[in-house]
Amino acid sequence: MINSSLQQLGSALRVGKISSVELTQLYLDRIAEFNPALNAYITINAETSLEQARRADTQLADGKAQPLTGIPIAQKDIFCARGWRTTCGSRMLENFIAPYDAHVISQFNNAGAVNLGKTNMDEFAMGSSNETSHFGTVKNPWDHNAVPGGSSGGAACAVAARLCAAATGTDTGGSIRQPAALCGISGIKPTYGTVSRYGMIAFASSLDQAGPMARSADDLALLLNVMTGFDERDSTSLQRDQEDYGRDLNKPLSGLRIGLPKEFFAEGLAQDVAGCVHAAIDEYKKLGATIVDISLPNSRLAVPVYYVLAPAEASSNLSRYDGVRYGYRAPEYGDLTEMYERSRAQGFGDEVKRRIMIGTYVLSHGYYDAYYLQAQKIRRLIAQDFDDAFKQCDVIMGPTSPSTAFNLGEKGSNPVQMYLSDIYTIAVNLAGLPGMSIPAGFGSNGRPVGLQIIGNYFAEAQMLNIAHQYQLATDHHDRAPQNIGL
Amino acid sequence: MSLTKEDVRKVASLARLGMTETEIETAREQLSGIFDLIAEMQAVDTKGITPMSHAQDVTQRLREDVVTEADQRELFQSLAPQYQGSPQIEAGLYLVPQVIE
Repeated sequence: MINSSLQQLGSALRVGKISSVELTQLYLDRIAEFNPALNAYITINAETSLEQARRADTQLADGKAQPLTGIPIAQKDIFCARGWRTTCGSRMLENFIAPYDAHVISQFNNAGAVNLGKTNMDEFAMGSSNETSHFGTVKNPWDHNAVPGGSSGGAACAVAARLCAAATGTDTGGSIRQPAALCGISGIKPTYGTVSRYGMIAFASSLDQAGPMARSADDLALLLNVMTGFDERDSTSLQRDQEDYGRDLNKPLSGLRIGLPKEFFAEGLAQDVAGCVHAAIDEYKKLGATIVDISLPNSRLAVPVYYVLAPAEASSNLSRYDGVRYGYRAPEYGDLTEMYERSRAQGFGDEVKRRIMIGTYVLSHGYYDAYYLQAQKIRRLIAQDFDDAFKQCDVIMGPTSPSTAFNLGEKGSNPVQMYLSDIYTIAVNLAGLPGMSIPAGFGSNGRPVGLQIIGNYFAEAQMLNIAHQYQLATDHHDRAPQNIGL
Repeated sequence: MSLTKEDVRKVASLARLGMTETEIETAREQLSGIFDLIAEMQAVDTKGITPMSHAQDVTQRLREDVVTEADQRELFQSLAPQYQGSPQIEAGLYLVPQVIE
């Protein structure tokens, strides 16, 4: 059952082969057994999840089931879920019980899905290894010495270790795609504005976008159907007609033009990753695709631009954590300023403080033009590179991450090294384009490799088609880690 | 780019982040490294380029100026931080140290 696709699970539930309560309990038992070592979840509320499963069983019995009714989904702990502790991986929100549902959560609730628990993440989604979480590091299920990636590391780990049927993530600079690659699963960050950010704790608002993480492209299509849609409570939510993201899954790929940016295969890319990506490209050629060499000349600037813009937005967003209305307040203080300074010093971890300081600096008097404005101008150059590229090709492919999962602690003391692990993913967020990662084999150390697929605006259905056809022809996505009780 | 400890102290104060001298020195080293990375963009000629402030070139939506939020004061105040064992609220307001003599 735990290796079934969401389609298969949905059918099994609808014909009564298994109940939602049984399925939810199955996952809760697996979490109890394997989560102590993996630490993929921050919060489990078994009784709340089972209560939701009972309601799903009633809907199933009444013949009112939707595709995801009764299916247990792990929610990244960045989404407010009413009555659930929602920490965003931070001591600042360690005891915060969300008083309302994020749009993503209410979409899943309305679809009849079960909230299985809240997954671990880098603090305020700032990190690429899940090591900045206040709630401890997550282990990569393929190798417990390796990081799962981040910031949606708990979600990626939970999907790979079969501790949920599927999961949600968020992606500001690669936080869905990079952990998906490092844990050998599939994940998609849709076009900016497609999924409402309401109730999703803000990091960098012009870049943040939620998306699904699962074991296959056809699972992602079902999840995206539920997560997307206009929401007036997010001022950047786009008013578009509802799509069926699975509509093109079975289209043949003959004639597809795949662009390979030379910058994504230059110095810095590990050989074993390059090998897997090239093998995947060869598979696409067999499926009828043609290859176009392209260039994204400004993509080398994506990391520096991102580390101006994202911290600038973060320093503003995180100014709300003042210890007054909710969240952590220092136990001892004198005046108001000291209350702010101590609450924030004790409530935030090192990486979050670092980014708040970068952001505060680049927005401060005398530096705004040189940093923030310059970064916004280069952001446009980066977006224009993609516009030009999509005149020559239908989709862009390359590695998701320059290496397979690195070891826990390996990059801990060097923030710049850590930032460079998102070198291929960040430009996509700056442009607002959709991007995904799918499993493309294993590196020389046996750790998974991800293939990144970048589409034009609103090309999610096409990207899922491209991923699905590859997954029909290969079995990388069906592989599972050892020692997870399969 | 090399930041001074004074730069870091000023930024920490603007951001209301209390820091010890040791933390300021560590932050100074790490932030200097990050600003070296950021400096790569200074050489780019961006004359005539319009800054891109958002991922989509769309105008922000407007809405009618009407109350849409329900009053949930009690629910929200139940989340207020504690100080010495008691929630820092009174008469529907939040309590902070006195700022006006």
